This record gives sequence, C-alpha cells and structure tokens, in this order.
Amino acid sequence: MTEKPSLAEAPAPDSGAGAPASLHQYASTYGYSAAGTEGNLVREPVRGERRGGQGWIIVAGLVLPALLLVAWFLISALGLVPEYRLPAPQSVWLAAVEFAENGTLATHIAISTQRVLLGFAAGSILGLALGALVGLSKWGSAFLSPTIGAFRAVPSLAWVPLLVLYIGINEDSKVTLIAIGALFPVYTTVAGALRHVDPHLVELGRAYGLGRLQLLTQVQLPAVVPSIVSGLRLALAQAWLFLVAAELIASSMGLGFLLVDSQNNGRVDRLFLTIILLGILGKTTDALIGLLEKYLLKRWS
Amino acid sequence: MSTASTSPSATLSQPSSSAGALGVRLSGVGRTFDSKVVLRDVDLDIAAGEIVALIGASGCGKSTLLRQISGLDQPSTGRITIDGSPVAGIDLRCSVGFQEPRLLPWRSLEHNTELGLPRGTAKGEGRERVRELLRLVGLGHASGLRPRQVSGGMAQRASLARALARRPGVLVLDEPFGALDALTRLQMQDLLLDVHSAEPTTIILVTHDVDEALYLADRVVLLGADPQAPADGATIRSITVVPGARPRDRGDATLAHLRVELLDGLGVSAHHSS
Ligand SMILES: Nc1ncnc2c1ncn2[C@@H]1O[C@H](COP(=O)(O)OP(=O)(O)OP(=O)(O)O)[C@@H](O)[C@H]1O
Ligand SMILES: [Mg+2]
Repeated sequence: MTEKPSLAEAPAPDSGAGAPASLHQYASTYGYSAAGTEGNLVREPVRGERRGGQGWIIVAGLVLPALLLVAWFLISALGLVPEYRLPAPQSVWLAAVEFAENGTLATHIAISTQRVLLGFAAGSILGLALGALVGLSKWGSAFLSPTIGAFRAVPSLAWVPLLVLYIGINEDSKVTLIAIGALFPVYTTVAGALRHVDPHLVELGRAYGLGRLQLLTQVQLPAVVPSIVSGLRLALAQAWLFLVAAELIASSMGLGFLLVDSQNNGRVDRLFLTIILLGILGKTTDALIGLLEKYLLKRWS
Repeated sequence: MSTASTSPSATLSQPSSSAGALGVRLSGVGRTFDSKVVLRDVDLDIAAGEIVALIGASGCGKSTLLRQISGLDQPSTGRITIDGSPVAGIDLRCSVGFQEPRLLPWRSLEHNTELGLPRGTAKGEGRERVRELLRLVGLGHASGLRPRQVSGGMAQRASLARALARRPGVLVLDEPFGALDALTRLQMQDLLLDVHSAEPTTIILVTHDVDEALYLADRVVLLGADPQAPADGATIRSITVVPGARPRDRGDATLAHLRVELLDGLGVSAHHSS
C-alpha cells in the first residue's frame, strides 16, 4: 500500500522563486505520485494483530516524529540554520496560537477541508459509476474505456486553465479540479477489480439462479469492497494534493493560499505551520478511511 | 463427526416441496472447444430418481458433460432434456455441486448454504432447512464460520449442503467427496443415500473412486476416448448396471469383478504386477 504522498515531501516553493516556478514543481510532483499511487493496486494483507500489540505499534510510530522534533529544536537553538530559513519550533507554535486566536486558522482549515470533501465525494461517486460500467459490461468497456483512458492520460493540472476559463476562479472550479483528481484512482481500481472477480463465483451465482442485479449486489460488489476502499484511499490522497494545487494557483482562503501568502510575506513560520497542518489533516482523514477499510476487510473477506 | 451419527432420514422425511425426481435424456451430445473435440455422441437416458456415476480419466470431459446438463454450457451438437423439456441456459431444475467448493468468502457457511435455497423460501423455513442440512453434513458447530476459517473438507461439505438445499429435481455433483478424508467420505456417501431416499431426486455424480461409484450408483458410466483415435473426443465406453438394492454392503464380493472391469476400463490394472 502506497502511503498518502506526504505533502511535506513535496518540494516547498523556494523562497526566492515566484508562483509559476512552484506551480511547475507541483505539477511534476503530481505527475510522479499519480503514477506511483494508481499503479500500485496491491492490497495490504489483513494482519491479525493482537490487542496487546496495538499500543506498542502506536508508540513505535511516534518515536521518529519525536526525534525529528528534538533535532529541529536543537538545530534552531544552536543557530545552525538562520531563523529566516528554519524557524524554531516555538515560533511555529506561536504562529499557530496567534492564528487560532484571531480565528483565521479555523476558517482556512474549514474551507480547505470542505473543498477536499466535496471534490472527493463527487469524484469518487463518478469514479464508482464509471468503474462499474466499464468493469461489468463488455459493451461499456469497449465504448468508454479508451476515452476515459485518454482523459486519464492528460496530466490533471492541464485542465486548470480550461476550468478557470469556463467556470472562473471560484469554489466550483477548485472542487471540480479536486474531483478530477479523485475520480481516476477510484475508476481504475473499481473497473479493474470488477473485471477480475473470480469467474467461478460469478458462475456459481448464475447456477443458483441469481439475476444480473442480484449477482451484482450479492457476488460482484462484495467481492470488490476491499478494492473500492483502497481506491477511495488513493482518491483521498489525490484530493489533498489537488486541493493544494488549486489553492496555490488562485485563492484567497484555505491552506494552499496560506502557503502562497506566507511565502510572499516571508513568514517561514507560517509556511511550516501550514505544511504540518496539511500533514496532520491528510493523515487524519487517511486514518479514518483506514479504519473503514479495516472494518470492511474483516466483514467482507 | 458425532453429528453425522444421528439418523438423517428421520429429520429429512418431512414432505418435500420439490416436484420430485426428474428424468434426464442426452441424445448425441458433443462439445468442441475451438477445434478440440472433447465430447462426442453421448447418448444416455437417466430415469427419474436414478443415481448415475460418471467415471473416466482426468481431462476426459466429465465436468464438461455436467455443465451441459445443468445448462452452464451449451453442447455443440445434440440435445439434452430434463423431464422432457429441453435444457436452454441455466436450468434451475438442476442443482450443481462444483468440483471446487466455490463458497463466497464474505459469507458464513450458513449464509453460503442459504444461497442454495429456492427463491421465495420463507425466512424461517429456509433457516430451519439450512441448519438441518449443515448439521447433517457435520457442520452444525461451524455454521457461523467463514470459508477461510474451515478446512477444505469442511468447505466441500458446505457446498454439498448448498446443493441439497433446493431439493432439486436433478442433483449434479462433481467429485463431491474428493477433498474428504476416508472416514468422512464414507459418512457423506451414506448421507447422500439418506437424502436420496427421503427426498427423491435424480443424482448424476462424477467420481474418481470406483468403489464409491459401485456403492452409490444404479449405473456406472465410463467415459473415455477410443484409444485408437484419441483425437475424436470422449464418449460413453461402457455402462455398468450395478446389481443389488441400496444400501449395499461395502465388502460385497459380487461387486469385485465389476470393480476389476471398471478399473480396467480406466486403464488401471487391479493387481499391481511388475
Ligand atoms: N472452457 C474451455 N475451453 C477450452 N477447453 C476446455 C474448456 N473447458 C474444458 N476444456 C477442455 O475439455 C477437457 C475436459 O475437461 P473437463 O474439465 O471436463 O475434464 P474432467 O473429466 O472433469 O477432468 P478432471 O477429472 O480432471 O476434473 C479438457 O481437456 C479441457 O482442457
Ligand atoms: Mg472435472
């Protein structure tokens, strides 16, 4: 299972460069991670973790962040890197407090989360529907899949100018871009999984008198539930990626805007704060889907 | 396997809801895949309520023939009728036990068995039937388990229970006891005979075990290709009428010569000589 491409790993806009440079960087980042995430459809095997092991695993996962924090603290305390390049942890904290107090932080987070969720929902529903059509019907596949494949081959950020031209710089164009990003992982996983449902089980269903619809609900869909969830998981990661892209390009609110704004004002502390927030938000939503996945895998396999 | 020791006929003797056993007729049935002839000229008349065992070398087309009968596959030539009316497409008068258990991994054994119930079975009645069948195949204690939690033999017994659930007119079983250990195998053979006498049905089963065929069947059909012309495809090489009413004595000496004959037909010499 590919981890959600961490936004902290994306090349941060160089403090000297202007917006176009960072757009290019994001485009290439996206191109790379899209190939990486969509290509990797292998499901994580269900592990029968024992209850006692759970706490240990969480602690182990927290060790590295703690070490990083300590290292960060030491580096800035010792003055190894100037403050305008690497702010001290406490100044990032202060930036957070200041933001939280005047209420802007909550607004930025809320608007970004709303965009992600709307785009993710729209994209996944469309991806599910298209994936089902292509995966279940030979005709649907013959008719649709070459075209969808061609659309998918277009690097999704290439749609941006057209979206701006047609829809304008507003919520709709941002949500649409995010939906485009979320659509393809779901489409690909669902179509592929439905195509490869064990033919023996499908034949079994037919032999026992299941009609087309019953076959779908009782055999084919349950068989692909795990794939649907991993498709959704990839789609959610994509949604965050596209959110930042959309907000970097043109917005006056949201975490992506905060990045550009901080960059323009030389507020490295806010830049760090935003990146950390993106990491936390992405990881949290991913963990929520992970819980759903765990439950469904238990229930359906 | 203590569960299988209770007499199944006592619990199964409630009035059957199916139309009862149905006769099957195959005339001139052949099946060709691409240009490869697998079956040719199969003529067989199976009486309602009869038990017929199909034996033959691996790959000779036994499963293929069962698929034609249940309508999962269409013959290239010839025709098949059940109870006088032709088989066209999947025929729900047949119930199929596949060579593999084919259980839905996300359902418990109980819910898998439910799939075999006829459409429109009342909930309570269906649940009762499923519970009874699972108990009969010795899975009463395992009804809540998922397929991945049970052994291969248990899965195969669940698949047998599913095939029985419908009280089919024709029961088509492809090596139903293949994955079972010797003892369970004998118990399941007796169970099948009990079901057969309590709920009349025509049984067509494929087996690799000549003794099983002789113990269960009214007639044993040997499928195979002509050794002189193997490319012509398999057809019926011999039909052996098994004497004696069921239940038969497993050690019946009068069957010994049939056994030798059938093994010979399969190309196995009964006494290994070097
Ligand atoms: N769908 C198919 N397409 C092409 N060839 C097939 C198909 N189904 C079966 N065959 C061929 O038909 C032949 C008979 O297959 P079948 O499964 O009926 O054998 P079988 O007698 O049941 O063998 P076994 O005892 O090993 O189960 C085989 O040679 C197989 O390759
Ligand atoms: Mg076979």
